[in-house]
Amino acid sequence: MAEAMTMDRPAATGASMLEVRNLEAWYGESHVLHGMNIDIRQGEVVTLLGRNGAGKTSTLRAIMGLTGRRSGSIRFEGQETIGLRPDLIARAGIAYCPEERGIFASLDVTENLMLPPVIAPGGLSIEEIYTLFPNLKERARSQGTKLSGGEQQMLAIARILRTGARLLLLDEPSEGLAPVIVQQIGAMIRNIKQRGFTVLLVEQNFRFAQTVADRHYVVEHGRVVDEVANHELTASLDRLHEYLGV
Amino acid sequence: MEDLLFEIQLALPQVILGVINGAFYALLSLGLAVIFGMLNVINFAHGAQFTLGAFVAWMLLSWLGIGYWPALILAPLIVGAIGVAMERAMISRLYRIDHLYGLLLTFGCALVIEGVLRNNFGSSGQRYAPPREFGALDLELGDFFLPGYRVWVLIAATTVCLATWLVIEKTKVGSYLRAATERPQLVQAFGINVPLMMTLTYGAGVALAAFAGVLAAPIYSVSPAMGANFIITVFAVVVIGGMGSIAGSIVTGFMLGLIQGITEVFWPEASQTVVFVIMAIVLLTRPAGLFGRA
Ligand SMILES: Nc1ncnc2c1ncn2[C@@H]1O[C@H](COP(=O)(O)OP(=O)(O)O)[C@@H](O)[C@H]1O
Ligand SMILES: [Mg+2]
Repeated sequence: MAEAMTMDRPAATGASMLEVRNLEAWYGESHVLHGMNIDIRQGEVVTLLGRNGAGKTSTLRAIMGLTGRRSGSIRFEGQETIGLRPDLIARAGIAYCPEERGIFASLDVTENLMLPPVIAPGGLSIEEIYTLFPNLKERARSQGTKLSGGEQQMLAIARILRTGARLLLLDEPSEGLAPVIVQQIGAMIRNIKQRGFTVLLVEQNFRFAQTVADRHYVVEHGRVVDEVANHELTASLDRLHEYLGV
Repeated sequence: MEDLLFEIQLALPQVILGVINGAFYALLSLGLAVIFGMLNVINFAHGAQFTLGAFVAWMLLSWLGIGYWPALILAPLIVGAIGVAMERAMISRLYRIDHLYGLLLTFGCALVIEGVLRNNFGSSGQRYAPPREFGALDLELGDFFLPGYRVWVLIAATTVCLATWLVIEKTKVGSYLRAATERPQLVQAFGINVPLMMTLTYGAGVALAAFAGVLAAPIYSVSPAMGANFIITVFAVVVIGGMGSIAGSIVTGFMLGLIQGITEVFWPEASQTVVFVIMAIVLLTRPAGLFGRA
């Protein structure tokens, strides 16, 4: 039933920035993505909602070229990236903030921040970063992993805003953080949307997702099973509760 | 008091010899640590690559008349390039599987390199005369005489160890290296060509071994087994310092050379064993090594 609805829905109109078709991915022998279809237009914030183990993280990793084997098609700004190495996908203009944040213990805060190379003009300057994230300046010389969870999340996002990547893949930035911090992260995502960044956001918390996103995809068993525009979200709560089991 | 001074004077040469050995341990274990950190490969060919460095310097001199100073640069570059080819052709194929295979492969490479050298040059060893200008560095303190070349070895090894440490800890390239040691996939997803970095890191680690080999050539006879003699102790150094710790490998290298030298004075029979006794104690009490992260 839900699947039929997805099929009826017209694909995002206008030129897609990211166009994922029939994406399948494997970790060794285990087949985790079973034909994902996603479209994101320039300037949108789109979420992947779904239960634990649904395949949201794997989708981001597959887009980034980090799963083992994958098949299907991923077109970014018209360029097919399914066969590319992760570093070339990054250089095409996609940046990734992993679920575990990936702050490096052997690097200080500034080194962590400056690690990803600038791949194109148009990223935030270091002054803009420090205005958005004053803590990162105060704690510049601290070991990266000595920051609080919230600060580490800010650092993980800040470092990919510098690079000039146009599409940001954010994996559960609100996970495990206090409500105040979650609000700050929400404000930050709205801020970067205004600056013209396009975001694919993984979330389990749809109340948070609702405050930042234009559209939502629901993921189950490694495929998209439903799609909800943000303004329909409140009307679709029952359906979502069922998907997410909350 | 007089007695003590006399004792110290007697002990000094051994202790200094120990520290000079320590300089070689430090250079070699540093290369092993850099390679292990980045590639997760225990490079058993390290001793053979050290030997190769010495032989390349010897060949440059006796076949082409290229002297010590150019060889100090050329031999590490040549052997490093061989390392790059080894990594591309063989080692890079093993990253996805167990450590053990990388260890077996590099051990096999060591046997091949040593075999080829033995086949072509025999096992007796070649002499490589140090350049005469080192006479200016000769140290004479009373009865104690230290040839200038050994002073140079100490200076050169210390400088290269420090420079390597500085590059890794204080530069942008070093931050890529440290980050890729922790999470190679994420670093690659930031747009950095990590496979290329791994190749170059292996080449650099191998070049360090070859550099140590050139330094050693005028001291020890240039023979196919010269690396094997060192490398067993160097692996003990690496285990004691902690696999993959850069500063740890340098400090531990010098420290164990010093301890060996001191042991040589008081209990000569134990000087070769002491490192392994320390290794056993460290393994039992701090399995990650003195400087390793558990
Ligand atoms: N490295 C891995 N190796 C094998 N299976 C994995 C790996 N990572 C995730 N999986 C499996 O893939 C499926 C999807 O996981 P994931 O994408 O992490 O889900 P989500 O992010 O939606 O919680 C799960 O069944 C999970 O067990
Ligand atoms: Mg996940």
